[in-house]
Amino acid sequence: MSNLDRQRRLRLVLGLAALTALLLAAGLAAGSEGWSVGGLMQMLNSPDATLIVGQIRAPRTLGAWLTGALLGLAGATAQGLFRNPLADPYLLGSASGASLGVVLVLATSALAGHGISLATADVLSRIGLVSAAFAGALLGVGVTLTLARGAQQTVRLLLAGVVVGVVLSALSDLVTTAAPDALRGKQVFMLGSTGFLGWSSCVALGLGLLVCAPLSWRWSRALDALTLGEDSARSLGLDLPRVRIALVASLALATGLAVSQAGLVAFVGLVSPHLVRRFAPAPHGFTTLASAGAGGTLLLAADVLARSLIAPQEVPVGVLTALLGGGYLLWLLHRRRVV
Amino acid sequence: MSAPMLLAQRVSVQLGETRALDQVTFAPVPGWTAIVGPNGAGKSTLLRSLAGLQAPDAGTVTLDARALRDWSARARGTQIAWLAQQSEASGELTVREVVHLGRLPHLGLFTAPRAEDDAAVEQAMHETECALWQQRRLHELSGGERQRVLLARALAVTAPILLLDEPTTHLDPPHQIALVRLLQRQAQRGCTVVSVLHDLALALMADRLVVMDHGRIVAEGARDDPALHRAFVDVFGGAIRIERIGGRWITVPQLETSR
Repeated sequence: MSNLDRQRRLRLVLGLAALTALLLAAGLAAGSEGWSVGGLMQMLNSPDATLIVGQIRAPRTLGAWLTGALLGLAGATAQGLFRNPLADPYLLGSASGASLGVVLVLATSALAGHGISLATADVLSRIGLVSAAFAGALLGVGVTLTLARGAQQTVRLLLAGVVVGVVLSALSDLVTTAAPDALRGKQVFMLGSTGFLGWSSCVALGLGLLVCAPLSWRWSRALDALTLGEDSARSLGLDLPRVRIALVASLALATGLAVSQAGLVAFVGLVSPHLVRRFAPAPHGFTTLASAGAGGTLLLAADVLARSLIAPQEVPVGVLTALLGGGYLLWLLHRRRVV
Repeated sequence: MSAPMLLAQRVSVQLGETRALDQVTFAPVPGWTAIVGPNGAGKSTLLRSLAGLQAPDAGTVTLDARALRDWSARARGTQIAWLAQQSEASGELTVREVVHLGRLPHLGLFTAPRAEDDAAVEQAMHETECALWQQRRLHELSGGERQRVLLARALAVTAPILLLDEPTTHLDPPHQIALVRLLQRQAQRGCTVVSVLHDLALALMADRLVVMDHGRIVAEGARDDPALHRAFVDVFGGAIRIERIGGRWITVPQLETSR
């Protein structure tokens, strides 16, 4: 590694760490009436401090970072695996699967005895939204893998992912047509929200990151080899189906957890690796981990802004990530720096 | 270095409607063998089959008398190094990081590089004259420079069998000659080097030649073999002739002849 590369990576890591620290503080200070450090100090001395900061703002802030980190990690893995800078973590049917899971639970009461049996309705209502979204995401990826007949071919995997996405979205629309009451809940899910993140979410997301980050990092050399093309990677002794299965499993777990806790947060997974490569081009080992950091920082920033921009109302965090992330990608395209 | 025995026996490969290989039997021997033939003759398909990248529809490819598919991917990777015809290389890796990928079959995904791996990488970069820009990224290089880096990546495997598909692509004449010398050195070390070449003058510098047409091997022999020369001229429809000038065989275009 050259000195310049070392400096770039160090600068990026320090920059992300400093921004994260700043945004964590801002996240604790941001309340329903905007955010101020004075207000935070005043509130910390009040009897409600434990409840508001300890039970609402702190887990929401940490949860936002963890969700973004999982999406950033999954985005870098997806872009490396599919050798496509426009690949995002939702590509393999996880988003539409999670969406269908949520819609089914929301529509349970309307469909009970009509579209679905009472027994199924009972099971669905017991599962809860978070579990349904997680199960749906994994199911979406599972169907994609089945349709692609495993992970032998990247193109087949991508095509299967697109088809599964379209079919599951259509099913989801069919359910909401039969049960229009589920539409509002579905909309909240589709826009993404960090408002419901509690400590239990943080535990689930944190454990997910502890599993997925080392897994993606350990397999990153395979992603480096894939930059030479699939045939060259195979000639270097890589068992590509096994590599794909390991990385798709990590991808599915990271995306499924993030989506189940915060809905479909747009663009974080797509943009984070681009941000990292823009500031510190590096092999995938560094890029995947730094993308997790960038994703966490990006979603945290969006969460703080979402709470503060039109306080006491909140902007859906997915709208902000789409605006921030999409804007950045457009700027990159304008400068022709997308690689 | 003694190279293991690679053998393709009655190998047939069907690509869509095309019979890309038709019952080809070929056993490359230590030394440098060049495969020549018109477009679509099956040269690259034969090389891919020998590398284990193309499963034959009929016939077998064996390495040391064991079917190639029975070798573990890594063990096969340490024995056979392969260079693709068209570089798909992309991404943010530096030249040195790309060449280091050649050590993957020895290291696997999870082992840190050892001193001998670094030495193999240094040697490969030295042989291909790309050590000077080892910190540059692949997308910052010209086509010829990239080709030298990818060749260094193949050399860094230090495999006894080298399969190279059009290794002279994008290379300027001095580097084409440097490549020929490099392949000759590899052959002298006991490696089995097989390269597909479209540059017929360069191909005639190989120890042996294989002439292919319509998915079959139509001639095989030493570069001085007159029967091989006749087959060589025939598969190109008489559009070339082979002459000996200054002690070397060269091909001359027959402009008055059309296929």
